[in-house]
Amino acid sequence: MQSTLLSILIWLPILAGILILFTGGDERAPLARKLALGFSVAVFILSLSLWAGFDRGTAAMQFVEHGTWIETFNVHYSLGVDGISMPLILLTTALTVIVVIAGWEVIRDRVAQYMAAFMIMEGIMIGVFAALDAVLFYVLWEAMLIPMFLIIGMWGGPNRIYATIKFFLYTLLGSLLMLVAFLYLYNASGGSFSILDYHDLKLGLRAQILIFLAFFAAFAVKVPMFPVHTWLPDAHVEAPTGGSVILAAIMLKMGGYGFLRFSLPITPDASHELTWFMITLSLIAVVYIALVALVQGDMKKLIAYSSISHMGFVTLGMFVFNSQGVEGAMMQMISHGFISGALFLCVGVLYDRLHSREIDSYGGIATPMPVFAAFTVLFAMANAGLPGTSGFVGEFLVIMGSFQVNPWYAVIAALTLIFGAAYTLWMVKRVVYGRVKSEAVAALEDVSAREILFLALLAGMVLWVGIWPNPILDVMHTTIDHLLQHVSVSKLP
Amino acid sequence: MNLHTLKAALATPEIIVGFMACLILVAPLYMRRETGIRLAYALSILTLVLAAAHIAMHFSSGPVAAFNNMFIDDPMSDMLKIAICLVSAGAFIYSRRYNQDRNLDKAEYYVLGLFGVMGMMVMASANHLLTLYLGLELMSLCLYAMIAFYRDDRLAVESAMKYFVLGALASSILLYGMSLLYGLTGSLELSTIRGALAGTANDNVVVALAVVFIVVALAFKLGAVPFHMWVPDVYQGAPTSTTAFVGAAPKIAAFAITARLLIGGLEDLHGMWQQMLIIIALLSIVTGNVIAIAQSNLKRMLAYSTISHMGFFLCGILAGTNAGYSAALFYVIVYATMSLAAFGVILHLADKGHESDRLDDLKGLSRRSPWTAFLLLILMFSMAGVPPTVGFFAKFSVIQALVNAGLVWVAAVAVVFAVVGAFYYLRIIKLAYFDPPESDLRVPDRVGAGTVLTVNVLLIVAILPWIGSLLALCADAIRQFAV
Repeated sequence: MQSTLLSILIWLPILAGILILFTGGDERAPLARKLALGFSVAVFILSLSLWAGFDRGTAAMQFVEHGTWIETFNVHYSLGVDGISMPLILLTTALTVIVVIAGWEVIRDRVAQYMAAFMIMEGIMIGVFAALDAVLFYVLWEAMLIPMFLIIGMWGGPNRIYATIKFFLYTLLGSLLMLVAFLYLYNASGGSFSILDYHDLKLGLRAQILIFLAFFAAFAVKVPMFPVHTWLPDAHVEAPTGGSVILAAIMLKMGGYGFLRFSLPITPDASHELTWFMITLSLIAVVYIALVALVQGDMKKLIAYSSISHMGFVTLGMFVFNSQGVEGAMMQMISHGFISGALFLCVGVLYDRLHSREIDSYGGIATPMPVFAAFTVLFAMANAGLPGTSGFVGEFLVIMGSFQVNPWYAVIAALTLIFGAAYTLWMVKRVVYGRVKSEAVAALEDVSAREILFLALLAGMVLWVGIWPNPILDVMHTTIDHLLQHVSVSKLP
Repeated sequence: MNLHTLKAALATPEIIVGFMACLILVAPLYMRRETGIRLAYALSILTLVLAAAHIAMHFSSGPVAAFNNMFIDDPMSDMLKIAICLVSAGAFIYSRRYNQDRNLDKAEYYVLGLFGVMGMMVMASANHLLTLYLGLELMSLCLYAMIAFYRDDRLAVESAMKYFVLGALASSILLYGMSLLYGLTGSLELSTIRGALAGTANDNVVVALAVVFIVVALAFKLGAVPFHMWVPDVYQGAPTSTTAFVGAAPKIAAFAITARLLIGGLEDLHGMWQQMLIIIALLSIVTGNVIAIAQSNLKRMLAYSTISHMGFFLCGILAGTNAGYSAALFYVIVYATMSLAAFGVILHLADKGHESDRLDDLKGLSRRSPWTAFLLLILMFSMAGVPPTVGFFAKFSVIQALVNAGLVWVAAVAVVFAVVGAFYYLRIIKLAYFDPPESDLRVPDRVGAGTVLTVNVLLIVAILPWIGSLLALCADAIRQFAV
């Protein structure tokens, strides 16, 4: 019998979002909030059955659904998850709950639309991770831009319009090249849009390299990798807190997911051929962007650059082609989802109180806000890769994996442990410790129960993944082994 | 020879529309003015819906010729006619209040509209150069008059004049091309012309001349660059109600004439017209999208957007494969629906003494009327070709056909400028959603037209699960038409 769990996970939040839209104006905001919370929790609980019912012993797609959609082009509505996509779906459902809680009192303007945008986006993002048809994937991949475009544009900061249009056009242009690659593959495979068919398709090296570069345009923009990262700091700084969280925690992961689902298995020879290129860009991101983060005066911008630097680790891990590297990359993606989300929420907590994101406006907040300070320090430590937190697991695995290929990669990558600690801890020192900066800071109220709730949830996740990552590694182990085996076989005709 | 041997029954929808147009012309004369207009409005909507229903019920299963081969009824013509009727009915519904507010609401408006629709339907079914020309002129003359209908408005009269002069010029160019074809083949019937021209060398100068004249005339009628000058002026100058009409159904008719001439009659000269169409299509996409960015008037911006959409539609035709033709057919139907809805939104926002056609009028729309803003949002994403709207699938099928036909570079240029185009559609959304309201202009409450508009726009997204069947229908229509 065909499972319908994935379809429910995709469509339930979308329909819930539409329902929330119909609650109308801000006078009925409480209803919109409650509906959003109820549905996001329901979706999260449902998604746990993915985890429970997941067969860890196979690399095949599970919870598969299949239906014909557009016969003329042989497009199918086919869904399925494996060990790479399943954890990312759980990450999505978990963070949506947190984002709903985080926006509870903070968003007062057009609440129903805010909540609806996040719910609809949740459904679309789950769809992106679950799609097994290239056109379906592409449609959802692009559709995701629409709610994010609106979230940044409607609830963002002063320069939101520039940021959101830049975000939209940048991503759109990148994705269009991916579409061209899909069309090429459609012709080369004799009329199929099935992603799994592409995995077994023989392709010449030249074609592979072109396809790889087309995919690179889409995924590198999303990750974002070094030369095409400039949209991210703008988008992050201007987005409302919830938008930043989803952007950093999930949308960036889609780039990484794309490399694992498309670039590596469809064009393995090109991936090997262009390893030098990918690793160079990754290392530049790790080191250079970390240095850029060091000089930021705006906390959100600092975390944004730190995200780019951490995502450099992810792409580095993927292109060393061993199981430590790729598993490390996956762990890094999941852990970064929690940590960067948490850090953006921390900045959000401060911003809601003082309406400033400048490091200079703060100082000594540990005195008025001791609980908040404790959380901030924990997440900052995790961001710096402290053992025992989730940040350590991924970085350690990636460094181990890259050491096997070339010790120098490991040495350069390990620099980030120094730079990462430098920019994060320096920020913490200036914001949390020291003399109380001003009367406004002295009068700050500590975190409310609602804020403690989402910070504690995230802190729990960060520590759990840091101390006992095995359950997550178990889930993806078979899939990643299979992927690496697949990539090691040449696809040249 | 009687009606039966002519198989006149195949033209029932045209006959219905023509008869009702005559009735509506006469009947209101015997009534009070208000009643007469109300009757004319109701009857014309009824006529169009009935005609569409009649076609749908007797949907063709294969080409059947009538009137001594001058008229043909095939799945493609039926699809086009249904679309023409429904889209025109939508335009009438949207324009009613606007016309009332400006004292343009006269029975003759509907009469002209119906005759125009009849002309378009004749074009859709034409199998003969004469029928084609007849349909084209019937449509064009009605459109000139409808544009000039706002006779107190200087811009409207000026644009009608401009349209008339250029339209007449284009018609004469078309006639010249047709007469060359007649001279070459000795026939005015498209299938005979096709047979006679089969195997013509690509360097035959006279044939090339005929093709050039025909392509130029088509480009004029479509409003493709470099024959597009009239489009922005007409779109902006005409009363918005007429623009809604001109911007929707006539595009479908333009597909009909292009398909009948280039595919039905001249497909063997594909190599010849493909070169010309590539230049025209790409120029249209580039010029339309780039100049649209600089516009401050919404109607004028939509005019440039039309130009770029026509370029995209021509890309489907120039691919020269059945997949390309059916992509073009799908594209034009989708485009007509979107264009109708876009002008529907402007008409919905317009009020007595307020045209609402400047971009700045949209500022803060999401606060003044959240639902209208939401519809506009869907519409703009669809026009920009962003998934998950039907506009994406229209562009997708065209690009797919181009890549299949080996015209990857054309596809690449089209795609890049589609991104450039996305910018000005996004700007509309920015104005409606991100900017604070500039004025406290009330958005009028119009339940009837509002509902139709909602259905019209939501179709753009709601059709998605069934989009496969629609595409299959287009592919089938083309298969039966392009032998």
